Amino acid sequence: MQFFSTRRVLAAVVGLALALGLGSAAEAQKRQNTIRFAYDQVPENIDPYFNNVRIGVIIAHQVWDTLIYRDPKTNEYKGQLATAWRWIDEKTLELDLRRGVKFHNGAEFTADDVVFTLNFVANPANRSTTQSNVNWIDRVEKIDAHKVRIITKRPFPAAIEYLAGPIVIHPAAYYQQVGPKGMNEKPVGSGPYRVVDHQIGRSVTLQRNPDYFRDGPKPQPQIERIVIRFIPDRQTQVAEMLSGGLDFIMNIAPDQAQQMRAVPTLQIVSGGTMRIVFLNFATTENSPAPQLRDLRVRRAIAHAIDRQTMARQLVGEGSQVINAICFPSQFGCDASQAPVYEYDPGKARALLAEAGFPNGFDIDLHSYRERNQAEAMINYLRAVGIRATLRFGQYAAMREQIRANRAGMAHQTWGSFSINDTSASTPVYYKGLDDDISRDPKVIELLERGDTVTDPQQRIAAYREAHRIIGEQVYSVPLYNLVTFYAASRDLEFAAYPDELPRFWEMRWK
Amino acid sequence: MFTYTLKRLALAALVALTVSALSFVLLRLSGDVAIAIAGEGARAEDIAAVRQQYGLDRPLIIQYLDWLGRTLTGDFGQSLYFRTPVFGLIVDKIQTTLILALAAILFALSLSIPLGVMAAVWQNSWIDRLCLWIAVAGQALPNFFFALCLIMVFSIGLGWLPVSGTDGWENFIMPTVALGYYVTPPFMRLVRAGMIEVLNADYIRTARAKGLPSSTVIIRHGLRNALVPVVALTAVQLGFLLGGSIVIETVFALDGLGYLAYQAIAQKDFPVIQAVLMLLSVGYVVLTLAADLVNAWIDPRIRVG
Repeated sequence: MQFFSTRRVLAAVVGLALALGLGSAAEAQKRQNTIRFAYDQVPENIDPYFNNVRIGVIIAHQVWDTLIYRDPKTNEYKGQLATAWRWIDEKTLELDLRRGVKFHNGAEFTADDVVFTLNFVANPANRSTTQSNVNWIDRVEKIDAHKVRIITKRPFPAAIEYLAGPIVIHPAAYYQQVGPKGMNEKPVGSGPYRVVDHQIGRSVTLQRNPDYFRDGPKPQPQIERIVIRFIPDRQTQVAEMLSGGLDFIMNIAPDQAQQMRAVPTLQIVSGGTMRIVFLNFATTENSPAPQLRDLRVRRAIAHAIDRQTMARQLVGEGSQVINAICFPSQFGCDASQAPVYEYDPGKARALLAEAGFPNGFDIDLHSYRERNQAEAMINYLRAVGIRATLRFGQYAAMREQIRANRAGMAHQTWGSFSINDTSASTPVYYKGLDDDISRDPKVIELLERGDTVTDPQQRIAAYREAHRIIGEQVYSVPLYNLVTFYAASRDLEFAAYPDELPRFWEMRWK
Repeated sequence: MFTYTLKRLALAALVALTVSALSFVLLRLSGDVAIAIAGEGARAEDIAAVRQQYGLDRPLIIQYLDWLGRTLTGDFGQSLYFRTPVFGLIVDKIQTTLILALAAILFALSLSIPLGVMAAVWQNSWIDRLCLWIAVAGQALPNFFFALCLIMVFSIGLGWLPVSGTDGWENFIMPTVALGYYVTPPFMRLVRAGMIEVLNADYIRTARAKGLPSSTVIIRHGLRNALVPVVALTAVQLGFLLGGSIVIETVFALDGLGYLAYQAIAQKDFPVIQAVLMLLSVGYVVLTLAADLVNAWIDPRIRVG
């Protein structure tokens, strides 16, 4: 069976493609000004509030607008549907809205749209899929036709970031009429592209919005049409790229990307993402792996893994080693006080001997993705005497094991929903929530402070201190961030961003 | 014959019931469905809400009986992922799968019958060995591998056929060949064995002695008799193809039942998985039953045995 691995087949495919010198089909698309893009997952509903898959986020940002826009290059906040915003008090955010914006159905954008959309999705009874994106909103009030106030349930300094990310604005009258189901069938937003065709489970076709407002931070789109097809098999996507049936794909495996670099009609671009990778340890009293309760053992593990080499060799270009459980660009992700554990297997063995394990011990490593990385870590651990057995499964199964306190050591990854604020990463694992398997009261308190005080300096100080403790206690071993590999027609101009969001409105044919 | 049919029907129902219960339990053992539905970022309260909303907090046996009761009345429930009735989703997709399965069986028959006959007529010659090689390759190659080989040659190399999609008839050519080739070997062996037996029979010798042309003897006298067991096998293989289309539909992004099943498995959309599994297992059981009944009708010894 190994001989027939799909990777091997693909290697052969790439070789053949090279031999034949392909690429005429892409030319035709260039002339038609269309990008054909494929993704392996199907969004359950195109309404951004009713799906939680990456392709849903991608479509959301082409078809809808958010109130605030975060410049992906500078991380600076700019006005999108709002033109200005200010905190009235620590729980009230006032926003001035842009005039002259039209939804795809011709309706004019006003305060009513913001009020209705946010009040609708924040109401748990309406069952928006990712509650954590909206459950900080208490209510939204209209001040006048172009001014609203968002009242938060608790002080929530990350609100701006959420308003620049997952929170899009729907046309109120239309949404009231059709609801999420109708929004899925015939989506209407105000964004640079409008949905002209949606074959549920099969494809979505986007057409440039000729009436897109001009003075916003998203430029006028250049590409006329985007055809998004759902192709579950990545090898098929690659084959489609090689045969000229597609112009753009993402999430290619690093070794495949390496092979595809040799195809002259394609460009392969790698981009670091916000998805961080770390090893998590259950250190509470009833830990299923009692050895991990000893700090020396945790330090030994931190010294045993060569993070630099893994990032460079296994993850690929764009990956960087991290020293805290957050992505470096996130607000408050300050690891300056956290200790750095250099790769030192000798020190690791000495620490293990000191902890009473001169001959090492047996342990399970739970993992759910990037199996090759988990296997590499097992080798590093074995080299210092820790005999780890891989328990590889689906995410839901692994998370269940962790929450039921049946997993001592877990190979975790976290993408923060591309929210550029530490409140979307570190607290998930350390603020006493379900995934917190160390439950340090001091860290919990610091993170609570970081999540709720409005003064930016105080927030940074609280997170920095939390990261110092997490690092010193080695509740986790921070590893590196993952990389997304994109393959595109050579003639397509595009940039890769850490939030893994292809911005079709910025792309153009060379 | 009546008692035999009744017995087989009861057995078929029992098999379908077992499949449904096993799949129900296994699906639940593969991880918490509520966590899967709520998604990666879900907090405890999201998961609790999902659990309550979908009745996942009830004992497993109650959930199963509830599901069984509703299914028996024709209500397959709602897809947890697409939030639409499962029945509608299946109706929407089944056509593609049926076309694919029927096309694949036709392809398999049109390949295996002539090859089987040739192998029998020129028994132990190089033609026989070539046919055997073709059969062995069909059985040994994983169908996703063969599918990728086809893509490599006909889409990437020659540019004749589209790689994936459900846009037109040309999208079905490679999936049909990939799926059909996989079931060709058993047909071929059956035709070959049947033909060898028939060609040595007295009435063939008589036909030859009468001076009939060789082709008439082989096709009109020989093949007609050798094909009887092929009919029964066709029914069984058709059932197999309906299930086997999961991989092929996924590779070629054909929007059929197999692809739906793949998506449902990936999303833990268990009402859809259950419905597809039930449909496939009932289909398989019904086709096997039909084959058994045809066999029993042709050969009365089976009924007695």
